[in-house]
Amino acid sequence: MFAYYLQLGLRSLKRNPVLTALMVMAIAFGVAASMITWSVFRVVSGNPIPWKSSQLYNVQVDDRGPQYDDPPNEPPEALNYTDAVALMQAHKAPHQTLLYDIGPSVLPQNPNDLPITAYGYATSADFFTMFDVPFQYGSPWTNADDDAHASVAVISNELNKRLFGGANSVGRDVTLAMHTYRIVGVTNHWDPKPRYYDAYDGMEFYPDPPQVFIVFNRAIDLRVGMTGRNNCGGPPMHFSSDEEWLHRECAWIPFWAALPTQADAQQYKTFLVAYAAEQQRAGRFHWAPNVRLRNVTEWMAYKKVVPSESRISLFVSIGFFIICLVNTIGLLLAKFMRRSSEIGVRRALGATRREVYAQFLMEAAAVGLAGGVLGLLLTVAGMQGVGLLFEPDVARLAHIDVSLLVTTLVVAVLTTVVAAFYPTWRAAQVQPAWQLKSN
Amino acid sequence: MDIQPILAALRRHKAGTILIALQIALTLAIVCNALFIIHQRLSRMNEPSGVDEANIFVIQNLWGEQYSTQEALERIQEDLAALRQVPGVQDVTPSNQYPFKGGGWDNLITLKPDQRTETTDASYFAGDEHFLGALGEKLIAGRDFRPDEVQSRGLREKMNPSVAIVSKPLADKLYPHGDALGKSFYAMTSAPVTIVGIVDVLQRSDVGTWSVPYAGESMVVPIRMAMPWGGYYIVRTKPGQLTAAMRAAPKALYAENRMRMIDSKDGVLSFAEVRHRAFERDRGMAILMSIICAVLLAITAAGIVGLTSFWVGQRRRQIGVRRALGATHRDILSYFMTENLLISLAGVALGVLLTFGLNLWLVTRFTLSVLPLTYVLGGIVILLLLGQGAVFAPALRASRVPPIEATRPA
Repeated sequence: MFAYYLQLGLRSLKRNPVLTALMVMAIAFGVAASMITWSVFRVVSGNPIPWKSSQLYNVQVDDRGPQYDDPPNEPPEALNYTDAVALMQAHKAPHQTLLYDIGPSVLPQNPNDLPITAYGYATSADFFTMFDVPFQYGSPWTNADDDAHASVAVISNELNKRLFGGANSVGRDVTLAMHTYRIVGVTNHWDPKPRYYDAYDGMEFYPDPPQVFIVFNRAIDLRVGMTGRNNCGGPPMHFSSDEEWLHRECAWIPFWAALPTQADAQQYKTFLVAYAAEQQRAGRFHWAPNVRLRNVTEWMAYKKVVPSESRISLFVSIGFFIICLVNTIGLLLAKFMRRSSEIGVRRALGATRREVYAQFLMEAAAVGLAGGVLGLLLTVAGMQGVGLLFEPDVARLAHIDVSLLVTTLVVAVLTTVVAAFYPTWRAAQVQPAWQLKSN
Repeated sequence: MDIQPILAALRRHKAGTILIALQIALTLAIVCNALFIIHQRLSRMNEPSGVDEANIFVIQNLWGEQYSTQEALERIQEDLAALRQVPGVQDVTPSNQYPFKGGGWDNLITLKPDQRTETTDASYFAGDEHFLGALGEKLIAGRDFRPDEVQSRGLREKMNPSVAIVSKPLADKLYPHGDALGKSFYAMTSAPVTIVGIVDVLQRSDVGTWSVPYAGESMVVPIRMAMPWGGYYIVRTKPGQLTAAMRAAPKALYAENRMRMIDSKDGVLSFAEVRHRAFERDRGMAILMSIICAVLLAITAAGIVGLTSFWVGQRRRQIGVRRALGATHRDILSYFMTENLLISLAGVALGVLLTFGLNLWLVTRFTLSVLPLTYVLGGIVILLLLGQGAVFAPALRASRVPPIEATRPA
């Protein structure tokens, strides 16, 4: 029966090629526009670490007072040096880390080559376990290295290839910003997108993975330049040296805590409030404690990691798709009602309403399938031009995969069948007697 | 034309009528808002930067070493001397940023030192006495920096410039009566900064949406910045020599000192490329919205053609009867045209509500501005014309139905 209905449907579609082509094209364009924008949206809004995004928390402490909060009542988005170091030393979370952006020069092994820049982070040992950084050779440095201000480094496998031709370089030296570090580990390719742990510095979609990691305490000792965002937007302040700047209330250090359970998070929040209250008692803060603890998904939502362009384009494309479907409803209605007499004959010969439904929904499904296939081609073609529609850092993340292809087809068929409900219902309402008589 | 019979006929085609009207309404809502977004993005992309764009390129120079302020200053002087020797170079200045760089340095501006909330925010350019010349900026009031005013400063060293050159939008924001020259303000400084010069246009370094309220507000202070890691050189060439100078400049720098990093891809950028990169998001948005508008209008038109053709086919007999009773070609044509006009009018009436609803949502969710009425009026005209255009062919076919059809069975 199924095959017969499909055959009937195809024959009927062939009878009005222009109308059919119109419907197929409307569905194809609608579904392709939605899928192209969706392919971008799903990567920019994706969860970069789904297995523990609810256990990693970004820490915020208000260190400049409510009158400077921007937006209102919100503490700065990163910590200053004083608070970051104090929270590290308090060690109230099972794992915690702090980081800042660095971009030191790397001296090549061959003295005839030119130096290169390697972007990365000054951070602490827990960074690697908290964010699940995979290692190709060696391992992260230890908490003892943090405490010892050790001159050790972890480099990416990309940098390892460039410097050492991909050989195991653990134990060898690397010269970063004219200081020597011993390599303790080489990461595997690791580049979660969006780069949630450094959304503070606007690095969400930075094209290249981080290349070097060095010990935070050592980096501070050597005053390794900070290449990220520095926000001193509190009361006007003046400093005459790096030393002075370091101890002022400038936000530049993202701080993360790993808190496995809700209870841990609650406890940590209590600790943060107590810490801020302590600072208030000590006369450093002149306002009530104002702290925030946001997990990865909450933090990405707060930072509005998803570009508004991506959202608007997705919504507009869906709106466009809806119009295409409204269009399809109208055309299907016209098509089905034109065949009232045929339906009348079929009903008079004993076809039930159910069978009429099945026949016409099959016909619609055939239209949807054709629209889906054409939409698939348009999506694939459109993906080549996605670099024109979105900024390169975001566009390069969008890709075609099986799930996108399947979604395209399924969405096309399902929506068309849904759109066909009303015209089909109208077709099933045809009164056989009336139709036969009027003929 | 009597519209009574048309309305009566439409009542018998409720579903089709409602669907066409709905489609027109939704199309109006999306097209109006999309056109508005396109217009906004295009006008952002075409804003003048204030600099001599055709003849400027920018070098991002990073040191291989971490220099002290003094060392960095010496290296910068050597680099500037080397760049001035490059054939075709007219002028060069070191700077912490340049217009449309994306991101960058901005300072909060107040009129009094103890003011709690800022008056505004200014993009903060540090440049020497060559800054205006190297950018091709034109003073509309006051004077350029004198060489003896230029201080050298390292990162996070106390910066208290006593004078500044500001852009006109900043001058007007601070002193709306046009008397900013000679007056002073505070830029997160302890001492006042006196305005010694005003340039017409100097765009900000950042291009993000957060800085829209401070559009075009920039200040230049006479400071030669010596960052430990490096900085930017803004180079202006003689007309027509940009490409050659862009190739020669990094070679000259490397010849002078190899311990530096100039990225092969992003290290040397013509200002045209700077502008191109700054507005990638806007251009993409404009292209996408244009495509959607065009396809949407085409699909709506096709939908109207399809449904009207169906109606014409369905009513051949009635048309034949009318023709037999004396209706002219013109009567039939105008019947279908009027019918479409009525549906379209209902559609745009609903569409206007949807348009403002969608706009309101975009305003609250994405801080878009409120849609001007001209866009809605334009959209209405476009859709009415589109409807009339689309219905014309089927209506013409209807008007050619011969009176003999009246005698044929349906």
